[in-house]
Amino acid sequence: MKRDPIPGRTVALAATATVVALVVVIPLAAVVWSAHGVTPERLRALLLAPRTLAAFGLTLGAAALASAIDVVLGLWAAWVLSAPGLPGRALLDALVDLPFALPTAVAGLTLSTLYGPHGWLGAPLLAHGIAVAYTPLGIVLALAFVGLPFVVRTVQPALADLPRDLHDAASGLGASAVGVALRVTIPLALPALATGFALALARTIGEYGSVVFIAGNFPGRTEIVPLLILTHLEEYDQAGAAVLATVMLLVALALILAINALQRRIVRVQAGV
Amino acid sequence: MFDRVRVGGFLAVAPIVLILGVLIVLPLATVIAGALAGGWFALVALAGDPAVRAAVRLSMVVALAAVVVNASFGLLAGWTIAKYRFPGKALLITLIDAPLTVSPVIAGLAVVATFGERTPAGGWLAAHGVHVAFAPLGIALATTLVTFPYVARAVIAQLSAQGRVLEEAALGLGASAWQTFRLVTVPVARASFLNGLLICNARALGEFGAVSVVSGNVRGLTQTIPLSFADLYNDARSEAAFALAAGLALVAIVLALTARALARHAAAKGLLT
Repeated sequence: MKRDPIPGRTVALAATATVVALVVVIPLAAVVWSAHGVTPERLRALLLAPRTLAAFGLTLGAAALASAIDVVLGLWAAWVLSAPGLPGRALLDALVDLPFALPTAVAGLTLSTLYGPHGWLGAPLLAHGIAVAYTPLGIVLALAFVGLPFVVRTVQPALADLPRDLHDAASGLGASAVGVALRVTIPLALPALATGFALALARTIGEYGSVVFIAGNFPGRTEIVPLLILTHLEEYDQAGAAVLATVMLLVALALILAINALQRRIVRVQAGV
Repeated sequence: MFDRVRVGGFLAVAPIVLILGVLIVLPLATVIAGALAGGWFALVALAGDPAVRAAVRLSMVVALAAVVVNASFGLLAGWTIAKYRFPGKALLITLIDAPLTVSPVIAGLAVVATFGERTPAGGWLAAHGVHVAFAPLGIALATTLVTFPYVARAVIAQLSAQGRVLEEAALGLGASAWQTFRLVTVPVARASFLNGLLICNARALGEFGAVSVVSGNVRGLTQTIPLSFADLYNDARSEAAFALAAGLALVAIVLALTARALARHAAAKGLLT
């Protein structure tokens, strides 16, 4: 077998790597680099400040909770969408893409109005003592909205690829619909569900536009890390912003590695290894 | 028996349809209701507002720049990654995908950290009269970074699934690498290229977090559409804000639906897998 019969590899690779370096690697490295002037004492004070810790706790917690909600709703939605003959299936399928298509600031404006104290949903909820806008609940809702398509679109193909005969065998042996779902469908779809969770988490952890309107942005209570980074920058503390951004980049890196490992696993499962 | 299955099916399907309705359709209805609340007069007044017109113009220029760069790069990356073998391919793909996981706020910070007036690159450019950070050029760069992966991912996926048979045939018939790329690979990639381009365009028009950091937010000068309606909203001009947001949402949704229709058309013809 000939190796690389197509000429031009060096030129193509050099051009691709140059663009990636210019657009992605150098700017992101510059963020990490601009944190270098921070003294160890300042670093400790910044990272252990109650406001910083609260922001990280809120951001990671709300993103994880929202992604978990998305896994449940996403699996359910993907399962319903895989059912043949469902009336309005095409419309439902298109609707799932809406949170991804809607610009984040439009989502933010809309959700803060809808769940706000005078909103269609916010007013009745508030009458029952549930405040959504300007609370962590509102942040979780906004993130769940944004993350949902990532779970559905990851789980959908996995459900379609499930061996149909396993499903038929289980119901033939007398398992109920719920039993088949719990003992056959979900275990087989587990790698896809985990990937969907990780993708939703990756998207929601850094989310800004859909959150800032509904969050109210009270320091220590409803202030997410991306906003805290922006606040440091506006107070001319670029090094402080860079420190927080570097921590977030490390979290993103861990997520990317997890997603890559999960996706390799899915390929193995599909190949039957 | 038949009826039990039907009732069971309805009970399994109805709640998730209702949840998706509340979670996704109500926000969409809120945008539309908000836009129409001010009546036609508000929409006409908005179209005549010079700051709004400037924002629309800037958003279009910025989106055009981001799309041109990312679409060209997408074809280059698709060709390089799908047609050649080289060490470090997985790393290169991970770097191309990285902006999907990086917070848009950090993408904005990256442009400031690279081209701020106090950095070597930014200082040199400023001395030559070129301002990047807090200027339209920086907005375009940040938007390019955030929307970097969309075309490349789509094209890489399609060209990888395609293999190299067509290219090898073209080369065997005496075509050069450039001719093969231009006359064989690019036409083959058309479906995924257009799909990625439309998504990239929608995302670029609606980018908020990255632009918030790098813009400086000067009305009429460095405000894009999302910054402009966020500003109107904070000024308690919510009718105008919603009208502008709804216009942006409409464009983004039309772009997304077109991308979806193209993908389905291509899949039906066996061009996309």
